[in-house]
Amino acid sequence: MTTTTPGPSALRGAVGTARTRIEGREKVTGAARYAGEIPFADLAHGWLVLSTVTRGRILDVETAPVLAMPGVLTVLHHGNAPRLKTDYVGMLGTPPDPTCAVFQNDRVPFAGWPVALVVAETPEEAREAAEALVVTYDSEPHDTALHPDHPGAYPAAGHMPAETEKGDLEAQLAASAFVVDAEYTTPEEQHSMMEPHAATARWEGGRLEVVDSNQGAGWVQGELATMFSLDASSVRVRSEHIGGGFGSKGLRAHQVSAVMAATALQRPVRVVLTRRQTFSLGGYRSPTTQRVRLGAAPDGRLLALEHRSLNQTSTVYEFVEPSAGVARVLYDADAHRTANHVVRLDVPSPTWMRAPGEAPGSFAIEAALDELAERGGIDPIELRLRNEPEVGPVSGLPFAGNNLAACFREGARRFGWADRDPRPGIRREGRWLLGTGTAAASFGAGAAPSTALVTAEADGSFTVRITAADIGTGARTALTLIAADALETAPEQVRVRIGDSDFGPAMIAGGSMGTRSWAWAVTAAAAELRERLAMTTSIPPEGITVRSDTTEALGALARKERHSFGAQFAEVAVDTATGEIRVRRMLGVFAAGRIVNPLTARNQLVGGMTWGISMALHEEAVRDRNTGGHYAPDLAGYHVATHADTPAIEVDWVDDHDPEDPVGIKGVGEIGIVGAAAAVANAVWHATGVRHRDLPIRPDRVLAATGPEPAGGAVDA
Amino acid sequence: MAPAPSSTSSAITLNINGEKHHLPIDHRTTLLDALRERLDLTGTKKGCDQGQCGACTVLVDQRRVVSCLSLAVAAEGREITTIEGVAEGDELHPVQQAFLDLDGYQCGYCTPGQICSAIAVIEEHAAGWPSAVTDDPGPDAGPPPLTPEEIRERMSGNLCRCGAYVSIVQAVARAAEERSAEERPAGEDAAEGHAAGKHTAEEAAA
Amino acid sequence: MREFGYQRAHDINGAVSLLAADPDARYLGGGTNLVDLMKTGVERPALLVDVRELPLDRVEPTADGGLRIGATVTNSDLAVHPEVRRNYPALTQALLAGASGQLRNMATVGGNLLQRTRCGYFTDLSQPCNKRAPGTGCPAVTGEHHNHAVLGASDHCVAVHPSDMGVALTAFDAVVSYESAEGPGEVPLSDFYLPVGDTPHRETALPAGALITHVTLPAAPVAARSRYRKVRERASYAFAIGSVAAALTVEDGRVREARLALGAVASRPWRARAAEAVLVGAPADGATFAAAADAELAAARPLPHNGYKVTLMRNLVVSVLTELAGEDAR
Repeated sequence: MTTTTPGPSALRGAVGTARTRIEGREKVTGAARYAGEIPFADLAHGWLVLSTVTRGRILDVETAPVLAMPGVLTVLHHGNAPRLKTDYVGMLGTPPDPTCAVFQNDRVPFAGWPVALVVAETPEEAREAAEALVVTYDSEPHDTALHPDHPGAYPAAGHMPAETEKGDLEAQLAASAFVVDAEYTTPEEQHSMMEPHAATARWEGGRLEVVDSNQGAGWVQGELATMFSLDASSVRVRSEHIGGGFGSKGLRAHQVSAVMAATALQRPVRVVLTRRQTFSLGGYRSPTTQRVRLGAAPDGRLLALEHRSLNQTSTVYEFVEPSAGVARVLYDADAHRTANHVVRLDVPSPTWMRAPGEAPGSFAIEAALDELAERGGIDPIELRLRNEPEVGPVSGLPFAGNNLAACFREGARRFGWADRDPRPGIRREGRWLLGTGTAAASFGAGAAPSTALVTAEADGSFTVRITAADIGTGARTALTLIAADALETAPEQVRVRIGDSDFGPAMIAGGSMGTRSWAWAVTAAAAELRERLAMTTSIPPEGITVRSDTTEALGALARKERHSFGAQFAEVAVDTATGEIRVRRMLGVFAAGRIVNPLTARNQLVGGMTWGISMALHEEAVRDRNTGGHYAPDLAGYHVATHADTPAIEVDWVDDHDPEDPVGIKGVGEIGIVGAAAAVANAVWHATGVRHRDLPIRPDRVLAATGPEPAGGAVDA
Repeated sequence: MAPAPSSTSSAITLNINGEKHHLPIDHRTTLLDALRERLDLTGTKKGCDQGQCGACTVLVDQRRVVSCLSLAVAAEGREITTIEGVAEGDELHPVQQAFLDLDGYQCGYCTPGQICSAIAVIEEHAAGWPSAVTDDPGPDAGPPPLTPEEIRERMSGNLCRCGAYVSIVQAVARAAEERSAEERPAGEDAAEGHAAGKHTAEEAAA
Repeated sequence: MREFGYQRAHDINGAVSLLAADPDARYLGGGTNLVDLMKTGVERPALLVDVRELPLDRVEPTADGGLRIGATVTNSDLAVHPEVRRNYPALTQALLAGASGQLRNMATVGGNLLQRTRCGYFTDLSQPCNKRAPGTGCPAVTGEHHNHAVLGASDHCVAVHPSDMGVALTAFDAVVSYESAEGPGEVPLSDFYLPVGDTPHRETALPAGALITHVTLPAAPVAARSRYRKVRERASYAFAIGSVAAALTVEDGRVREARLALGAVASRPWRARAAEAVLVGAPADGATFAAAADAELAAARPLPHNGYKVTLMRNLVVSVLTELAGEDAR
């Protein structure tokens, strides 16, 4: 069909009103079933066994004693597993991570690599047998330490060019009135979604069916079909409710091993990752070391900007955490240089994690901006406003709206920024030093080709089918509102069905592109359906269905710099005697396009900011210096923010309308974390006068920076 | 129940949501796995299986516990309430209703645990229990006001990775206000309590 | 997890005789630590003896004005007990600072004292650990140890005891009563945990198979003005990186009586007797408090990545004592 792109005028009524979630009742009553909770007759349980060496070769998998244990059905490993196809490029333009293509050879490239799957009748039997399985290894020396001058580092393009450069950086730095040259580090961070990965695979009527927890049922279906050399139509993946993803829930070892076992045993097999296993198998955000050099004229105008980032990846898969990318959008300078480098280490493969690149990159650049503001005696907001680019600093393309300044003005007003004394370390309340900080945020607003099916039912209602995923974003509800407006009907008349690869290709829930991409496809199909209905007098019992495909319309979209923007504000309290930091309040004001459902959008933006607190103060996955494996990989060892760490967080948005944009929706999933950690870190500086350039800002780091308190000086009476 | 000392399984009866379930059980089976894998009560979630996230929170003898570190065999003879048992038929528990109205969740996976925990938090507070952030833990101080800070501390055993804490705290506050409004004699106090609850709801939805 | 038998004990002697008959048997209280360790494979008992129905769930006043606490009293019930809140507020604060509301409802007093270290090497079966597998080595000394011991450790083990409750009980001279196959016995909490030395796998002075029955707190008027402060890497639901239980009586500007114990710095709750000696009789001011902290921490032997704990504990001791002295002055 020809895709028409309805203008925003076609949207009315439901979009923009606060609606509770369609599946809310199921979620609060426990009735919503997640992937590991759907019953199957004759279900067998698989338990993965991971390598205990960091690098080497598997010598032997002693299966015989384990096969004799109660309930054990099979043990899959590199010696008996089917060979998989791995030399392909998937839907998202990347080859598969060999970590997911399990049991293909005897190499062990990192600690926690999947070496076997034990399948048994019950989870208890599978676990005991998996723990009893003896695997012997030939261990080899390893390198797991990321440091900024690692000789193996090389420039790498991910979803953007590796390096950009214009102007004479050294000359402009030399000509600058004030300069910042600082190194920043961020640690390994784990998605830690509450639901670990889970999948059940079975063969049903000659078709492979996988019930999974993922961010794109069509994406995983395509990967599995290719990997197992199956016809795409003979594989179906469903993913109805997803207990969080944040980038981690794509193709992983659990689905592939479950398919192998279900094929071998010809019965349904469920594989659920343990929390510990998610640390090496679920992907993670690579640690980064970043160097930022800024030089400015006396009025604060940037003459020189350099942002270089290095991240680690595994020896089997290249993943770039493009931290230097954010500077290509936010700030221009006469000399402008950015570079994303990676180094291959004997570590698990990293992957996308909420705002990949922007999250760590904005910490470095926005902290450096704060340092520059301090050096130049310029207000941090004023400094940013003076450097707002007219066009894309690297691309030269026009912005499809850049409302960063509006965010800062509104945020400053609401936060009370005008009353701020810029001097650090002078406000005290009891044992706490208080400070405030700010930072800018941006995140790309993209869309990817998607298809949708919209059906006019004989009873006057409508059914929308799209391979979308609701990982907690409220997508199901948002698409209902969008479809209702596009069909000029009430939301109650619209049923939205998602999470089933049989509904056709569609963008995944990722990159803050999901809702925008899906909404486009749904509105296109709805528009054509309305045209069809206008020419029809009666609807047949099977209804009238229209299918849309946005490939062509997306291709016609003018090339522009399309982004959400935001201004982050934080107030912190620091006890320099104990190193404790508490965030007292945060405010984020965003320009994030059309807000479909204010209730869920606000929640998601607040969630991103909560991640920012967590990133600034708590999160670090620790790797043992000697073994190179994880230390204490669990939720007691890996700290995410709790209720008690999360203060009242306020979120609002400014009008952000691009008349040329047929959809108008941007994304709210990732912009919330961008700049949030920097705002907290900048507030810690304002409270204490100490710059913390390494995250997380834990008590030990605060204490190391300030040293022992003078006798009796710990408390102001 | 009287297993032979050498037996590694038992036939037990679990009292869950007012209903008795008879089942043979491997002693290794946790209460969490018994609910999810044996009794098809999958509302109770497995987030970490180590007592480190709170997603598996249920009420045992009216007190909140983590079911992942409870053995099913040891739960025999106790009154177990799961998320499936907190509503009165079709009428949601006020805590459930508040989570729904105020969007006190995102992905929903921690939600049953948050709700079970919140139900207990409101009762613990009503019983006068102090918390780690209560200024004066003394017995004569009386129950501290259930401020957002108190709610946050008391709910901290329930992680929410989506970061829905802000709206969860609003939901717990509303449900607690409703409960105390019910307990107060009819009159101005009750009216105020109700109004305050509604106000919170409107603010959150604004 | 290995298969195991399960028995509910209904009387103390019956429980003790079950343990005496089977070296692979363990008592099951709240299970918050034991069940977790069984899942990771650190503990592989053949039999669990559930002690929660034993008549050990009471908190009773003693003749001398102290408290006798049953071993199966939950952490929650102990925390909210009116006499604990009135006479030993630091104990209430320590209990409430521990774990989460759910875990406190499960965890027992006896189990809390017997909980094992959360050292990440101890709980990882793929790693050596002298505490779990004697003679295999201690990877923490050269590895990850930023939350490990600075006091009383050895080259064989640098793990810390994770209890908050135990820190307050240690400050208040608690005594542990037990029943064993050889009969009843008791041991002061200050002698309950064995020195690390070269036997970190031997953790307590309890005879094999003994069951903790009670913990007795002697009357301690000083404890009525006491405080527990815990520093951790997030605001709640985390183990301490340093904690202090302190009680102070000040008369005419001088310290008449002081109790001080430190947490998360050693293989056991650390009674700070050297600090107490400096405090008693000295002016209740910042200089005294700092000198007391320094006296205790003179014995600290930090590792390359946990030196901050010495600073933290010094500052924390001074801060808590200053607060207590300020209250006393009011």
